[in-house]
Amino acid sequence: MIPAAFAYHAPKSLTEATALLAKLGDGAKVLSGGQSLIPLMKLRLTSPPHVVDINGIQGLAYLKEADGFLRIGALTRESDLDESELIRTRYPLLHDTCKVIADPLVRNMATVGGNLAHGDPANDHPAAMLALGAQVVAVGGKGERRIPIASFFTGPFETALEPDEILTEIRVPVPPAGSGGAYVKMERKVGDFATAAVAAQVTLAASGVCESAGIGLTNVGLTPIQASRAEAALKGKRPDEAAIAEAARLAAEAAQPTDDLRGPAEYKKDLVRVLTTRALRRALERATARR
Amino acid sequence: MEPRTTADVGGMGHSLKRKEDPRFIRGRGTYVDDVQLPGMLYLDIVRSTHAHAKIVKIDSAKALAVPGVLAVITGADLAKYNLHWMPTLMSDTQMVLPVEKVMYQAQEVAAVLATSRYAAADGAAVVEVEYDPLPVVVDPRKALEPGAPVLRTDKKDKKDNHIWHWEWGEKAATDRAFTEAAVTVKENIYLPRIHVASIETCGCIAHFDKIDGKLTVWMTTQAPHAIRTVFALVAGHVGLTEHKIRIISPDIGGGFGGKVPVYPGYVIAVAASVLTGKPVKWIEDRMENLQADSFARDYHITAELAANKDGKLTALRIKTLADHGYTDAAANPSKFPAGLFHVCTGSYDLKAAHVEVDGVYTNKPPGGIAYRCSFRVTEAVHTIERMVDLMAHQLDIDPAEFRMKNFVKPEQFPYKSALGWEYDSGNYAGALQKAMDTISYAELRKEQAARRARGELMGIGISSFTEIVGAGPSKHFDILGLKMFDSCEIRVHPTGKAIARFGTKSQGQGHETTYAQILAEELGIPARDIQVEEGDTDTAPYGLGTYASRSTPVAGAAAAVAARKVRDKARKIAAHLLEVAEDDLVWEPGKFSVKGAPSQSKTIQDCAFAAYTNHPQGMEAGLEAVSYYDPPNLTYPFGSYICVVDVDAGTGEVKVRRFVAIDDCGNIINPMIVQGQVHGGLTMGLAPALFEEISYDEHGNVQGGSFIDYLVPTAVETPKWETGHTITPSPHHPLGAKGVGESATVGAPAAIANAVVDALWHLGVRHVDIPITPAKVWKLLREHGVRG
Ligand SMILES: Cc1cc2nc3c(=O)[nH]c(=O)nc-3n(C[C@H](O)[C@H](O)[C@H](O)COP(=O)(O)OP(=O)(O)OC[C@H]3O[C@@H](n4cnc5c(N)ncnc54)[C@H](O)[C@@H]3O)c2cc1C
Repeated sequence: MIPAAFAYHAPKSLTEATALLAKLGDGAKVLSGGQSLIPLMKLRLTSPPHVVDINGIQGLAYLKEADGFLRIGALTRESDLDESELIRTRYPLLHDTCKVIADPLVRNMATVGGNLAHGDPANDHPAAMLALGAQVVAVGGKGERRIPIASFFTGPFETALEPDEILTEIRVPVPPAGSGGAYVKMERKVGDFATAAVAAQVTLAASGVCESAGIGLTNVGLTPIQASRAEAALKGKRPDEAAIAEAARLAAEAAQPTDDLRGPAEYKKDLVRVLTTRALRRALERATARR
Repeated sequence: MEPRTTADVGGMGHSLKRKEDPRFIRGRGTYVDDVQLPGMLYLDIVRSTHAHAKIVKIDSAKALAVPGVLAVITGADLAKYNLHWMPTLMSDTQMVLPVEKVMYQAQEVAAVLATSRYAAADGAAVVEVEYDPLPVVVDPRKALEPGAPVLRTDKKDKKDNHIWHWEWGEKAATDRAFTEAAVTVKENIYLPRIHVASIETCGCIAHFDKIDGKLTVWMTTQAPHAIRTVFALVAGHVGLTEHKIRIISPDIGGGFGGKVPVYPGYVIAVAASVLTGKPVKWIEDRMENLQADSFARDYHITAELAANKDGKLTALRIKTLADHGYTDAAANPSKFPAGLFHVCTGSYDLKAAHVEVDGVYTNKPPGGIAYRCSFRVTEAVHTIERMVDLMAHQLDIDPAEFRMKNFVKPEQFPYKSALGWEYDSGNYAGALQKAMDTISYAELRKEQAARRARGELMGIGISSFTEIVGAGPSKHFDILGLKMFDSCEIRVHPTGKAIARFGTKSQGQGHETTYAQILAEELGIPARDIQVEEGDTDTAPYGLGTYASRSTPVAGAAAAVAARKVRDKARKIAAHLLEVAEDDLVWEPGKFSVKGAPSQSKTIQDCAFAAYTNHPQGMEAGLEAVSYYDPPNLTYPFGSYICVVDVDAGTGEVKVRRFVAIDDCGNIINPMIVQGQVHGGLTMGLAPALFEEISYDEHGNVQGGSFIDYLVPTAVETPKWETGHTITPSPHHPLGAKGVGESATVGAPAAIANAVVDALWHLGVRHVDIPITPAKVWKLLREHGVRG
């Protein structure tokens, strides 16, 4: 549990940081909350020769609504989400999510940016951001670009980020009236990664018909999964129990879990069905309340 | 029970705040890893990636090139001193470092000695070991099949993987009872391999002083004296002798049985220190602790229970395979290779019983230690409590009513069990009734029926366990020949304060408080004026240590006996000071007074002062006593637990909604500490019931070898424990006390398992092995037609 030796860098600006990353190349790792990177280093599963700590860069931790987006600075801690009135009242899906990530100690350190950049299909924010249709902002040597979340996760622990790019912000479209979301996670104990978890975000029209639906799945595949067919099945429908059951069935079909100590694949598939049902019910309840 | 002493004196029955807590709460405890010595070197251990493999080559070149690395120690190095093997506490043998082959994944292969912990870790990472894999045996049943690879090729005549066969009870009578029985039930019950997972891992600092030839070892051990003797016996040939060995067990962060064995790391550290003359520190990390240190349980049990047509239990028959890993490194009393498993008739009046256990070698780490359960008592309790429940359900009799009908009755004590134990005292129906009243049992059954009608899954489980603790009478109990007495030595200082030392070693149990209270009770010296010390073999009297809930039953009794010796001498002094005959004095805690003239009195402090300043002619000065207490019998704590669970039909999750625990540990010394022990014990009972297991895949790869998958419950998973007690004193213990440290760990899992089966019985579910994980329950539900 002792990491191999590494060089530590603490740049003071984004420009300095991206230049460092460009210079150091593949051997460098960005350090945000360190709650994923440091355990891997202590187990020597990864031994980067260089660690670039971005915590000293000002202005990367914020939560605000602007230009039709909720803008989350990459260094925003999970505990910041938890304590934010804005998140609690207007983004219940995110509030649910941050509350079930790890434990309070980890949440004090772990960042939303790191949670996505790590590309871990077991992390909870990816599914939530998929359901919310978010965008990721990245800054690198070539400047800034925006990456739709649907094309961000390219493989297990792989993202669309270039080696010299730093994730700086996450943008979530401000949900219209009649929207609600929920995140339902099954874990073996507190602090555990999900056996399976489901993020659901819905918008109801005045008529009660489901205008849009987003469904993301955690830890049931090599990458976080967007359950597109389940989303499509709800769109334009009145979301009654039959529609929910059908969406849940389709979500379970989209899952591609494997056997592990959390349970056999067939269990996890069925869990996706059960959890999708519960997440949709809760999301709809909240959407109805905000119509 | 009303305390006999004032709160100021703080004898038995007072919830004194723990004397040790100020240092723990402020982070000022001294654990082994806190000890820093000048010039200290560090060890890190290279561990096997294979479960069974020949060692072809160990290449240390790269490691030796790491700055700070001084040496790479291998089995071949130790073999030069014949230290590559060592005996286990069960008289089996265990490798310190292998010369030929490894026998389990994570086994020690080599050790790197360096000037810093970081250098040692860097060195260990680059030691190159070449393995030649051998066939792996993980399943003890397969290990016994003809043609199975023989694992212990080091034992010349060994032709199979069978370690020992042990049986107890009357076979013929038991078989007859089964033939004659109106009803029988049979079940296969597996108690999985688990780990104590103490917060402090194991480690030591060995310091050999080359000038005076003395070895001092700070060590995470529950039994420092026994370890000293073992070291002297095992390493005599390299010059260690018992008067030149000092074992110091400083503050210990949880033991639970896992800090009884001698681990290879200790021996390597000692060897390294003897060779270098420098202090050598070795501290395991969490994964080493979980993957290589002694496991507990791993019993494959087949149990049968017989009853007559009125639902009166008659007989119990058990066959068990005990998976010991590659060597039997349990820590049972020598006579009992399966520990006290034969207390398995539990709280029930059975006429006949027969138990067979076979120990088996597999490619897994050794152990079979008593994880907070005396010796195999959790295995025993789980079996009988599951079987009694099964029988009750089978007969369609309420499990509480069924227990009441079959309990040993209060008037039957002392009660001789079918397997030969003499239970000292008990009132089993009393404890169960109190638990039922506390939880409103009848209402719960009504609620369950209503919920079941709505398709909800609710279960109520009972466990009415009998423990057996306080090993033990010298007639039957020894470890490597050392009789299982324990000791207390008291010195009262001239100013009336005292120091008391013991052969036991607290690992969180609160001995500094409990023992002080026993002495306060017996001497009337305020508990705060009594310094309690343990764990240093140079100063403490010899004792067998703390495990199996034996400290209060054995060392606590020694404290009472030694205190009474002190009091006897103090009485003589008081008589001298008051110029009366001894018989004319009456004792109340802290004071002798003259019969009929209560104003004429001398306090214990007066007597202490006189013992050094004005002692009677012909009497030796000083006020001291020592007692080595050999218990006449074990003590038999008991209790009844009732648990209510709700099962989520969708996810398979089991939630413990309520848990009432009524314990009886005889007379209580510190009610708060007893309650604390029960709380911790219940949580450690919940853990294997729902969460914890270390398993192995078919290649012998350890699963659950880190806290990612070894699921120690947190406060979030832990229900609110509702505790209470009844008091049935032990008739033979000087204070009427019994042990309590393990009761809850022993009793809780069965209550939870019984509750889950109770919730699912109507679906056709008859049994579920612990840990009862959501995935397991989900499978049962779907198999029995619940879609969720
Ligand atoms: C005990 C424990 C339990 C946990 N349980 C959960 C859980 O249940 N659910 C869950 O979602 N997570 C869980 N986590 C993970 C935790 O949320 C992580 O902290 C998070 O996934 C990563 O965030 P971080 O800020 O700590 O990133 P770091 O550990 O600092 O970095 C993670 C990876 O992302 C890269 N990176 C980080 N920030 C950036 C950036 N701004 N730009 C580019 N690359 C970047 C790093 O180089 C590294 O490769 C757990 C962690 C622990 C220790």
